[in-house]
Amino acid sequence: MIYRETGQFKANYQDDQALFPIAQDRYVILVILLITFGLVPALLNEYWLNAILLPFLIYSLAALGLNILTGYCGQLSLGTGAFMAVGAFSVYKLMVAFPGIGFIPMVVLSGVITAAVGTIFGLPSLRIKGFYLAVATLAAQFFLIWLFNKVGWFFNYSATGMINAPPMTIFGAIVTGPKADPIAKYYLVAAFVAVFALAAKNIARGRIGRNWMAIRDMDIAAELIGVRPLIAKLSAFAVSSFYVGMAGALYFAVWLGSAEPTEAFDINQSFLVLFMIIIGGLGSVLGSFLGAAFLVIMPIMLKNLMVDGFGTTSALAEHIQIIVVGVLIIGFLIVEPHGLARLWRIAKEKMRLWPFPY
Amino acid sequence: MRKLSRTILAALLAAPLMSGIASAYELVMPTLDYRTGPYAPNGIPFANGYGDYLNMLNERDGGINGARISLVPCETGYNTKKGVECYEKLKGEGQSGALVFQPLSTGITYQLIPKASVDEIPIFSMGYGRTSAANGKIFPWVFNFPATYWSQATVFVQYIAEKEGGMDNLKGKKIALVYHNSAYGKEPIRTLEKAAEKYGFEFMAMPVDHPGQEQKATWLQIRREKPDWVMMWGWGVMNQVAIKEAASIRYPMDRFIGVWWSGSENDVLPAGAAADGYLSGAFHQPGDNFGAHDDIKKYVYDKGMGLGDRDRIGEVLYNRGLVAAMWTSEAIRKAMEIHGTNEIRGVHVRDGFEALEVDEARLKELGLEGFTIPVSITCENHEGPGQVALQQWDAKAKKWSLVSGFYEPLRDITAPLIAEDSAQFAAENNVTERSCN
Repeated sequence: MIYRETGQFKANYQDDQALFPIAQDRYVILVILLITFGLVPALLNEYWLNAILLPFLIYSLAALGLNILTGYCGQLSLGTGAFMAVGAFSVYKLMVAFPGIGFIPMVVLSGVITAAVGTIFGLPSLRIKGFYLAVATLAAQFFLIWLFNKVGWFFNYSATGMINAPPMTIFGAIVTGPKADPIAKYYLVAAFVAVFALAAKNIARGRIGRNWMAIRDMDIAAELIGVRPLIAKLSAFAVSSFYVGMAGALYFAVWLGSAEPTEAFDINQSFLVLFMIIIGGLGSVLGSFLGAAFLVIMPIMLKNLMVDGFGTTSALAEHIQIIVVGVLIIGFLIVEPHGLARLWRIAKEKMRLWPFPY
Repeated sequence: MRKLSRTILAALLAAPLMSGIASAYELVMPTLDYRTGPYAPNGIPFANGYGDYLNMLNERDGGINGARISLVPCETGYNTKKGVECYEKLKGEGQSGALVFQPLSTGITYQLIPKASVDEIPIFSMGYGRTSAANGKIFPWVFNFPATYWSQATVFVQYIAEKEGGMDNLKGKKIALVYHNSAYGKEPIRTLEKAAEKYGFEFMAMPVDHPGQEQKATWLQIRREKPDWVMMWGWGVMNQVAIKEAASIRYPMDRFIGVWWSGSENDVLPAGAAADGYLSGAFHQPGDNFGAHDDIKKYVYDKGMGLGDRDRIGEVLYNRGLVAAMWTSEAIRKAMEIHGTNEIRGVHVRDGFEALEVDEARLKELGLEGFTIPVSITCENHEGPGQVALQQWDAKAKKWSLVSGFYEPLRDITAPLIAEDSAQFAAENNVTERSCN
């Protein structure tokens, strides 16, 4: 069919190793970017931007981060919520203490701070693996949340331990605080996600990404062929935490506007992001987006369909939604244990071979 | 099949974009309720009371001043993120837009305070939420009457002092606070610390993590430390567990005081006879022996439109929802009166709240004589009277009853704290104090 690479000859290594070696993929990405930045803000209303797309994009970024660690490098982490909290509290302290440095550098900087924290909590990965590592990251989850809840300096000694995002502007548009423009917020988050998704794809196909995958597939074999586990594992923790930290910063500052550590970043948050990458597809950039869409957008759509479309009560809709999402998760895992991204890969194969499959 | 899927797709895409098609002007009252999750046992009766009262107004009087109320529920599960989604969805609902939000969760209230001020929708966080919102000069859009957590904490201190034989006898006493480890539970800590400093009692704060099913360690600590009094800021399943744990260490129940969110039938019934004598804060009467309850039964339940079970009308949290609906509808009535039209919006309802005046006589007209304290709101003071009474559980009769009069809060403790906290909010969010003259 249209999705066929016949006739696309690669005459040099550069073409062969391109980010998107197939021409159709490049067009699809271009179209998606055009829709994201051109059509979506023009077509959708405030509710869609604020309540549906913003969380979807932010969770996609967090899922990307966790996917780097768990999907590409094979290190299971249950500390995502805590690392998001590190990003959120970093950006809060930066916003309050140094309002002059600009919001974009602040978000990146809070990613860097989270990367440092993540690397420290990644140290146990050099000795322990699998479920035992999951327990070590679980410790990070509980310790960090306890810290942010306990030490007054982090929340500027507010009476309730809540942090509130003060207003910030980028090129004259307000992006945080209550007066923020939904379109500006959307553009900011979409730009962050687009840039760092491409970066993730780029890292994953290069030397560093291959090191991670070698460690994931068999760490002893990887060591024998010259991959240094220390560098590979800790770099995965650093890069992953960098992404998760930025997601946490945007989650607090741009989307929620105020947060308390125990509710916004609790263990459920870690599980939610982990489920996103398991359902979306481990070791796949596309999978991170699909998983986030599945667990963020679909429940809201289901609820709206039932309440507005069929007129059920909101409580019944909530119960049905829990059941339906649960059944769908089990269904997908039975039909395709490698996640939604794998389904897309299979579809791609089929389209390449059509109409003469073998 | 294709037709069905197309319909579903259309509904899916159009649903959030659709606006009301109703012809007559309807008053959109969104409710953020939670009938699911660990807080549902408390969320359900409140939502029922709130909804039943407004439905009763629709059925009995045809709404407020003839304008029908359109009740739009949205399920939050006490989850802040879902609450924000609900707010975004409902704020522009219908012709009038959302007239007033009742977040019924401190977390969601904190989220909505800055947002609602920009969208010009008042928030009525009745006896919860951000305490410093009592300062109407900084928080023009938030109302937290009839009393705040800080007022309530000082009332409990006074009650304890009374039982101990005077404020001077507080010296050297040990008072523990078992609290939900969240913004909500932390609210009274600073007030109690100040009171401890002033009256010389020892204050211990003991956090319980969400959702509060595991409290063994906390109560072991209480058994060891033997505080003279225990206060509790709990919600949902945490309340029942705490009361059961207290019973199991034989802590005297008449020295155990819960916040008004920790004092409903759901909280004490699981502990059975052991809960006898447990105290909690209150600002309204329990029971269903008021005219408004009869009207609800007659106009709503007899027509089969009741939201809950008929025999649960009059439970503490049901009445809490009812009183919230009463004050809200009175504020809307006031707003219509001030602006001389039925076609009001959120911005008008705010004026109604600010001029709200529900005295004994008005309560009598509403069929709620003696049900609650008279409330009058001004531009500066959004907390209203700030008075709190205590109610006690009688396990044999399975009834709550008020056991004290309404205490005045210790304003010398709360007022500086409110001024300090609201000033901090103003500084962080570039809010300038408005003048109230």
